[in-house]
Amino acid sequence: MLEHYLGLLIRAVFIENMALTFFLGMCTFIAISKKIETAIGLGIAVMVVLAITTPVNNLIYNHLLREGALSWAGFPDVDLSFIGLLAYIGVIAAIVQILEMVLDRYVPFLYNALGVFLPLITVNCAILGAHLFMIERDYTLGESAVFGVGAGLGWALAITALAGVREKLKYSDVPDGLRGLGITFMSVGLIALCFMSFGGIDI
Amino acid sequence: MATQKEVLLDPVFNNNPIALQVLGICSALAVTVSMTTTLVMAAAVTAVTALSNLSIALIRNRIPTNIRIIVQMTIIASLVIVVDEVLQAYAFDISKKLSVFVGLIITNCIVMGRAEAFAMQNGPWLSFLDGVGNGLGYSTILVLVALIREPLGAGTLMGFEILPKVTDGGWYQTNGLLLLAPSAFFIIGGLIWAIRAWKPAQVERAEYKIAPNVQYRGAL
Repeated sequence: MLEHYLGLLIRAVFIENMALTFFLGMCTFIAISKKIETAIGLGIAVMVVLAITTPVNNLIYNHLLREGALSWAGFPDVDLSFIGLLAYIGVIAAIVQILEMVLDRYVPFLYNALGVFLPLITVNCAILGAHLFMIERDYTLGESAVFGVGAGLGWALAITALAGVREKLKYSDVPDGLRGLGITFMSVGLIALCFMSFGGIDI
Repeated sequence: MATQKEVLLDPVFNNNPIALQVLGICSALAVTVSMTTTLVMAAAVTAVTALSNLSIALIRNRIPTNIRIIVQMTIIASLVIVVDEVLQAYAFDISKKLSVFVGLIITNCIVMGRAEAFAMQNGPWLSFLDGVGNGLGYSTILVLVALIREPLGAGTLMGFEILPKVTDGGWYQTNGLLLLAPSAFFIIGGLIWAIRAWKPAQVERAEYKIAPNVQYRGAL
C-alpha cells in the first residue's frame, strides 16, 4: 500500500511533471521565473493549494457530481458531471480566498512572502489540470491527496530550475530578437527534453 | 480611440497573445502535434474569448469590483462547458484526443487576460472584435507550429500523407523529436525570433551589457 502511494508520488513529481511533461501553468511558469526567490514562493503556494484542493474536489466529484452519486439524497439517476468544471473552479477560487485570509491572520510572514501570487493561483492551469487528470484517472481520496502534493512539488521544482537557468542567462550575449521570451522558450524546451529521460521509468 | 480594424488585426502580429503578451501558452504546446486537433482547439478558444469578452463587456458596469474575478470565471466556465458539450456531441474522437485541454480553456490566460484588460473598459462590439482578434493571433501561432510539427514529425497533414515515410516504402525519414512536446518550445522560440526580426520594436531591452575589454586595448 505504501509502495503504491510512493510510486504515485514519484510519478507525479518526475515522470508526469505538470510543467515539463504536460505544459500546464506555462503562463505563470514563464512570466514569473526571473528570480529564484519569487519562483520558490510561487512554487510553494501552488503546492499548498494543490495539496488542499485536490482531495476536496475528489470528494465533491465522488459524492455530489458523478452519475449515481446523489443516491444518498434520493436521486439515483442524477448525473451532474457536466457542471464539474464550474464546481472545480469555484472550489479553487474559494479555497484560495480562504487560504489568503487564514494566512493573513495566523501566519503573516508566509502571507507576506506569497503576497501577490496567491490570487494569481486561481487561474493557474496546473491546478485545474491536476484536478481534471485526477477525475479522468479515477483516483481514490488517498491517491488524490498524494497526487496533489506530488504534482505541486514537481511544478515547484520545475519553476525553480528554470529561474536558476534564467538568472545565469541574463548575463549572456543573446541575439537581439531572441532575447527575453525567445531564449526562455528554448531553455524550457531543453529542460523538458531532460525531464523526458524519466519517461522510461516504470513504477 | 482604436479603430475597429486595429482592434481586430493588431493581436495577430503586432501584439500577439503568445509571442508578446505571454498568454495562453499551455495549450499551444500540447495540442499542436496534429493539425486537426489544432484547428478544433483554435476555433474553441476563439469562440470562448469572443463570447466571454462580449458578455463581460455587456455587464461591465454592473459587476462589483471586489468580486469581478469570480464573476468573470463563472461566465468563462459556463461558456467552456457549452463548447465542451458541443464537441462531445459532434466531434467525439477529437474531444477525446484533446482530453483535459478543452476544460483548461477556462484557465487559459488569454480569455481571462482579455476580459480583465479590455472588456472591463470597452463597449460590447469592440470587446467582441478584440476577442476574435486575440483568438486569431493565438490560432496563427498554433497553426504555424502544427504546420511544422505534423508534416515533419509524422509525414502527414490532417491525417493525409504528404511525405511518404521510409517505413511505408517512401523516402522521408520521420523526425521523432517533432512528435515530442519539447519541440514545440523550440518552434515557438524560433517563431518569436522571426516575428521580432520582422518587427524590431518588440525586441526586449538587454538587462546587462558586457563592457568591451578596454584594459586590453589600452595595453596595446
